[in-house]
Amino acid sequence: MPEESQSPKILYCRCAYAQVVPGDVKDGVLKSLCDSGVAFETVSDLCEMSARQDPRLKSIAEGGPVKIAACHPRAVKWLFHSAGVPLPEGDAVEILNMREESATGITGKLFNRELSQ
Amino acid sequence: MVSDEASPIQVILYEGDGSSAVPPDRRFEIFSALLDRGYAVIRAAKGSYRNGDALPATAVEADRMLVLGDFGGDAPVLEDAGGRTAIETRDIGALDGESVLEMVEKFRDDRPMNQPGAWKPWFPVIDYDRCTNCMQCLSFCLFDVYGVDDDNRIQVQNNDNCKTNCPACSRVCPEVAIMFPKYSGGPINGEPVSEQDLEREKMKVDISALLGGDIYSKLRERSETAKSRFSKERSSDKALDERKKCLIKLQGEGMIPADVLENLPSPEEIQRKAEEAAAKAQAALAAAEGGGG
Ligand code: SF4
Ligand code: SF4
Repeated sequence: MPEESQSPKILYCRCAYAQVVPGDVKDGVLKSLCDSGVAFETVSDLCEMSARQDPRLKSIAEGGPVKIAACHPRAVKWLFHSAGVPLPEGDAVEILNMREESATGITGKLFNRELSQ
Repeated sequence: MVSDEASPIQVILYEGDGSSAVPPDRRFEIFSALLDRGYAVIRAAKGSYRNGDALPATAVEADRMLVLGDFGGDAPVLEDAGGRTAIETRDIGALDGESVLEMVEKFRDDRPMNQPGAWKPWFPVIDYDRCTNCMQCLSFCLFDVYGVDDDNRIQVQNNDNCKTNCPACSRVCPEVAIMFPKYSGGPINGEPVSEQDLEREKMKVDISALLGGDIYSKLRERSETAKSRFSKERSSDKALDERKKCLIKLQGEGMIPADVLENLPSPEEIQRKAEEAAAKAQAALAAAEGGGG
């Protein structure tokens, strides 16, 4: 298995199965990711993956520092738990809320290499 | 549909050594088209992963992986050294988002997959930082969504039994611990819970009345007298009436979609299910009390 670089991984949730994240915010964030030169991971819908207990959630939860652009942190935290793969406690995970924040605010935090709570 | 079989193919847009970078606008088109159809996509950029190996751990968890790239017309042959994931490669040249989506759909063939628009992931998610294991959700739900784990802790057991767009059980929870992330408003959608929410949500629905008696205090008394009083008070008509009142009230608040109410089981079935759920909750509480003191 390849060892990944230690700067936080970026995970983007498209929320494609129900449009609860404003379209302009999720498009804006995805656009900035695509315009940048960075590697990133995207999922169509974390809720759908949690419902199916997709094994990829485990490697996200256990794959080291990660910034997750999705929705309310409380929902995201317990969605992982509900899939049987709790996110690590502490400062290895930063959840960014595309339901509340602007695309610019989110991308600023995504590209900042530091993790904050 | 919720099924393990429905795990989508992992798609990788490979832009590392041996391929040309995709222009940002087209990259965005490709990602949007694939994500909106339900695929998970990873961008592997040059030097993203150590030792030149461009396959991140997340991707390797998928049993089938499709690596796309502008390989100059000649897609390389790749193999998972662990032998776990079937990897295929495709050259996307200058294809636009829709054409890449078509290529991926063709590759998927008839393998099942959930589809945005055709199914909504709607199920309760419990915030265990708040949950007190009171079992009110288990007693309330008529569709066996809730159950308990080996430690008699409440859990969501059958999430695909949940009625789409119905967040009624979240209203029943006295601790505001039940979320539906796809719901429009807070705190049900996962927004932080305020003191005000707690006051507003608390016991809007008198769940003990639903079941025709205060089962929880009776349980604590644990005497034969209490038990017989409990069964007497649990008059079936009263229980049914209360449940109906509660459902209508929740519908009035916009909590239960009309089609869910229309498709409720018969009164006899509701009564049977309510009794079953109450018995399950009662047994779990008794076991938890017995085990934990
Ligand atoms: S985790 Fe949040 S952003 Fe992602 S699919 Fe679920 S509701 Fe949408
Ligand atoms: S009603 Fe709320 S507090 Fe009680 S068991 Fe269910 S989730 Fe937990």
